[in-house]
Amino acid sequence: MNNWNKQIADMLADGTVALVIGYEEGSTPQKTRPLFCHDAVAAERLVMDGRCTHNLAVYLTKKELLPAEGRIGVVATVNVLKSALQLMQENQIPEGRFLLMAVGPEGKLTELPDAESLRQYIAAHPLPDNPEVAALIEKIDAMSREERWAYWQECLSKCVKCYACRAACPLCYCTRCIVEDNRPQWILPWASTLPNIEWQINRVMHMAGRCTGCGACYAACPLHLPIHLLTKKLTQEINREFGTERPAKGNVLSTFSPDDKENFIH
Amino acid sequence: MKNYQIKHSDLDGWLEKIIAAGRRVIAPVTEEGHTDFRPIHSPAEVAADDQVQTIQSAKQAAFPKAETLFSYRKEGTAVSLDQPAPESYLQTVVWRARPCDAAGFTPLSAIFNWDYKDNLYNARLARTTLVAFSCQQADAYCFCTSVGGGPGEKKGCDILVTKLPSGKALVEVCTEKGEALAALAPGLFSEANAVADDSPLFAEKQSALAQLPARFSKEDIRRHLAEAFDSPVWREQSERCLGCGACAFVCPTCACFDIQEDPHGSHGRRIRCWDSCAFALFTQHTSGHNPRPSQATRWRQRILHKFSYMPERLDATGCTGCGRCSRACPVDMNLLEHLTSIAQK
Ligand code: SF4
Ligand code: SF4
Ligand code: SF4
Ligand code: SF4
Repeated sequence: MNNWNKQIADMLADGTVALVIGYEEGSTPQKTRPLFCHDAVAAERLVMDGRCTHNLAVYLTKKELLPAEGRIGVVATVNVLKSALQLMQENQIPEGRFLLMAVGPEGKLTELPDAESLRQYIAAHPLPDNPEVAALIEKIDAMSREERWAYWQECLSKCVKCYACRAACPLCYCTRCIVEDNRPQWILPWASTLPNIEWQINRVMHMAGRCTGCGACYAACPLHLPIHLLTKKLTQEINREFGTERPAKGNVLSTFSPDDKENFIH
Repeated sequence: MKNYQIKHSDLDGWLEKIIAAGRRVIAPVTEEGHTDFRPIHSPAEVAADDQVQTIQSAKQAAFPKAETLFSYRKEGTAVSLDQPAPESYLQTVVWRARPCDAAGFTPLSAIFNWDYKDNLYNARLARTTLVAFSCQQADAYCFCTSVGGGPGEKKGCDILVTKLPSGKALVEVCTEKGEALAALAPGLFSEANAVADDSPLFAEKQSALAQLPARFSKEDIRRHLAEAFDSPVWREQSERCLGCGACAFVCPTCACFDIQEDPHGSHGRRIRCWDSCAFALFTQHTSGHNPRPSQATRWRQRILHKFSYMPERLDATGCTGCGRCSRACPVDMNLLEHLTSIAQK
């Protein structure tokens, strides 16, 4: 057992945490998958390496899975930390309820107990831009409007509306999603090209300025549709318009300042 | 029904004749490294025969992801209804399905003909011919042999093709629909190419199939499930489940659908589209009460429906062991693994 597994087993044994969410080996040697550890024995199964790509932050807002009492440990990747911080900033999870932990290269466990420590850790561990994603966005940017429209029509004609993209995103936490609202029916609920496009437009607009770029939506799509390009592109637009700094509370598109330079506020 | 031997290299010529005869052909196509069923117009579009499975099942041929049940128009006080004419459905060939795809239509048909005969489904299926190819490889998710199927199983196929190492393909024609397809290439499916029932080619077929020992039996599972309603196993297994529709949508036997309106003032359509028991909203009452309030209860429903309720009520098992749900699941819910652990409890 790794030293960090042992540390986590101890935390579970002595009640420091009531549950630890992490990763275990998956169905094939190429895969890992999320693991819920309720006791020290299960902690032996925890792994952390480059195959751990699920965004575990998606579980942090699922109350039915979490013990009512006690802290919950999360063995987290940087993407998980970014999403957890975003959830704190959106008042979705209280600081202190979760003990986020990062595993360093030598198996050193770093505890990140509050938003400030998360911020510092994330700043110290910037994630490299994915060159494939950048290349795809460039390719689409270079298209004419008509070509782009044709590209997304063709792509989203394949969508089956399984909503795995929604289910896998830690920031899609609404208990009632707009696609399930039927008075009025904002978005046509069946799978066909235009309603599928409506769904993605809605999804990415709700993600604008919030998306952390983890790619969980794309990884979850059973059809492998490159829907993360939409959120990524919107993030680029937001960065261009509002800069890369994000407010500590709220989001760029849902906060305001009385001294906004635009006059609509007055 | 008759069996034939043709050359591997003749398969494309036969497919060309099928396309030329005006059939809508759906076949595995590889795009960006992922293989799924798509309409094709030439044999060259078909993916190389080196992948175990397509992402989605062949059920879409008879049960599309969205279809119009009827459309309506209101003029003054008069209402006119317009129903799709089943005769207008295209004659469809599913090319290179797998035996587990073909097997899926048995439970699917049982559901769509349980208490009500679903005309649309039945009409589409009547116009669908399944050309399955035996599996020569299986992966970590396949378990057809544990649920009564097999890599060379003919049940549900209109035609089963098995590529033999000798360069021949054994073509087993199983139904009249299959015969009609063979008749499109009389040169290939001639008396000279007919294969006798005692031909050594059948032994060669067995040796060409993927090896997939059964891991449990349907009966084992059913026996365990009879006692398992209140078991903690549902919560244990489903903790990581995200409650999406991926597993149900790619499954050859999942038949749950939703009925939706497409209203445009005085005219509109009523649409049937895929639904999934994994969705929280699936059983939610208007009052807000949900009899399956947690993902654990929804996961239990998925397993019990397929392996307990369907065998009991429809004399069919709601799973062909194709493994698609497990391959598609974003959090690696491996059905084979979960069932094996239930069978061993
Ligand atoms: S990349 Fe996708 S899953 Fe991740 S935060 Fe953005 S929208 Fe959500
Ligand atoms: S995960 Fe993919 S197929 Fe499912 S709704 Fe999202 S885009 Fe469509
Ligand atoms: S439940 Fe899974 S393995 Fe069984 S038929 Fe459906 S997709 Fe295939
Ligand atoms: S695909 Fe996986 S995560 Fe989605 S509902 Fe099915 S089992 Fe759960």
